[in-house]
Amino acid sequence: MCGIAGLFIKDPKLEPQLGELLAKMTSTLCSRGPDSAGFAIYGKGEAGMTKVTIAGPSDAYDIDSAAKKLIAAIDPTARCVRRHSHAVISFKTGDVPRVEAWLTENLPEITVMSEGARLEIYKEVGYPDTVASEFEIAKMGGTHGISHTRMATESAVTTNGAHPFSTGADQCLVHNGSLSNHASLRRELRRDGIKIKTENDTEVAAGYLTRQMRGGQSLGEALKASIDDLDGFFTFVVGTESGFGVLRDPIACKPAVMAETDQYVAFASEYKTLTCLPGIKTARVWEPKPATVYFWEHN
Amino acid sequence: MPVIDLATTSLRDLNQALHKLAKDTNETLWTISNPGGEHSIAVGVDAPVTINIGGNVGYFCGGMNNEAKIIIDGSAGQGVGENMMSGLIHVKGDASQSAGATGRGGMLIVDGNASARCGISMKGIDIVVKGDIGHLSAFMGQNGRLVVFGEAGEALGDSIYEARVYVRGPVASLGADCIEKEMRDEHRAELLELLKASGEDHKVDIAEFRRYGSARKLYNFNIDNAGAY
Repeated sequence: MCGIAGLFIKDPKLEPQLGELLAKMTSTLCSRGPDSAGFAIYGKGEAGMTKVTIAGPSDAYDIDSAAKKLIAAIDPTARCVRRHSHAVISFKTGDVPRVEAWLTENLPEITVMSEGARLEIYKEVGYPDTVASEFEIAKMGGTHGISHTRMATESAVTTNGAHPFSTGADQCLVHNGSLSNHASLRRELRRDGIKIKTENDTEVAAGYLTRQMRGGQSLGEALKASIDDLDGFFTFVVGTESGFGVLRDPIACKPAVMAETDQYVAFASEYKTLTCLPGIKTARVWEPKPATVYFWEHN
Repeated sequence: MPVIDLATTSLRDLNQALHKLAKDTNETLWTISNPGGEHSIAVGVDAPVTINIGGNVGYFCGGMNNEAKIIIDGSAGQGVGENMMSGLIHVKGDASQSAGATGRGGMLIVDGNASARCGISMKGIDIVVKGDIGHLSAFMGQNGRLVVFGEAGEALGDSIYEARVYVRGPVASLGADCIEKEMRDEHRAELLELLKASGEDHKVDIAEFRRYGSARKLYNFNIDNAGAY
C-alpha cells in the first residue's frame, strides 16, 4: 500500500494553508500506511542560508543537546527551531560541508533529513495523524509540500525508513511501491560514493537520482533514466526548490490521481484525498500516464 | 425513494440497507449524495433497483452487482463493477484501473476514459468505453465484449481467450496471442446491439471499428510447444 499526497500551490493566497491542507489530505491516507509518516514542506528561505533538518534514530533521542553541540562547533549564531524529534538549523550555506563532516565525525547516529534554502523534511514512526500533529504540520505555510504514509514492505519501521528521502539540496522523493534490485544498486551507489544509511529500497532510489544529477542529468532526465535502471514498481513524487514532479512505472502498478485548478496542482493515491481541497468539484481530475514524467514549476 | 447522504450516514449502514433489499422491493430508486471518493459504495447489491450516485466514488463501486442499475455522476476509482454479475453500471466521468475486472455479466458504460487493465479477466460482461482505454486492457479476457470509441493502450488483449474487442481508434500494440480479425456481418450486428444498449447507436459509425480477439495459439496446449511450457 503506502499513500502519497502532494500539493503545489499556484495562487499565493493559498500558501498560508499549505500545511493545513496537506495534513488533511494525509489524514485520508492513514489506512494505506499506518506505521509511519513524513512531510516535506517548502517554506520560506533566506538568501545565503541553508536550513539543515536533523533527527536522531528515533523520537526518544535527545535532539536538543545534539543540535546545541552542532551549533557550538560550527556557528554559535546559527538559529535553531526544534519541532518534535527534529531540529531545523539555519547555517550559512558555506558552512554546510563543515556541518556534514562534523556530524559524520562526532554524531554519526544523526540523520540529515534535508538540506536546502527552503525544504524541511519531518518524518517519524507512528500513525500519520499523530505524526502530523506532533510536528504541527497544519500550522506550516509554504509553496508546495509532499507527504507519505508508510506500510513497510522492504525494510524495518524506523524513522530513517520513513519517507520522504532527500536526494540533494532542496530535493526530496517519496515512493509508493517496492524495488527488487535495491540490494545490487545500493552496492553500486556506495561504490560511487553515495551515502546510503538504511536497507530501505526508496533510499536507494533517492541515492540513484542524486548520483544521476551529480553526473549532470536534470531531475527530469534522471527520472526518465530510472525507468530503465530500477526494477520493481513505483509511483514517485519528487520535490525541488521550485517544482514538483510525478512518475509512475511503465505498468502503473500503484494508484495515482491528480487535480488541477487555477490555485493548485495536487497529487494523491486516492481521489478521496483530494476532496478537502478548495474548488475540487470543478477541478480537472485525471490519472497520470505510466512511464511519463510530469513536472510543474514556479517561475 | 431513499436519499442517503454519505456525509452523515456511514458507508456500512448504506451498504447494509442495500443488501437487505428483497428482489420485489418497492424501494426501487435510491439517491446517494456526497460519496466523497469512498471505497466500496453499493457493492454486492442483489436487487433490481436504480441507484444514482451524485459524485466521484473510490474503489470497487458496484462490485459484484446483480441486477441493479447504478449511475455514477462522476468518476470512479479502481475496479468499478468488479466481478459484476448482471445489471448496469454507468460512469459519467472517467474510470480508473481495472474497470469491470472479472465481470461475469451485465453492462458497464464509461462516458470518459478508462485507464489500465480495463476488462482484465472479463468473463461475460459487456463494457462500452466512450473515450480511451489504458494498457493491458482485456488481459486474459475469457468472454464478453469490450467496445472502445477512442484509442487503446499497449498490449491490448494480452493472453486473451474468447472475449471480443472492438476499437474505433488506434491501438498502441497488441498483446501476446491477440490479433486483428475480420469484421463480418455477425460482428457488425453484435456491435450495433451493444451501441444500442449504451444509447449510442446513431452517434458513431460501426464501419470505423476494428475487431480484435484471440489467435488461439497460446491457450490451447500444443505438443510442438511443449518445450516452452
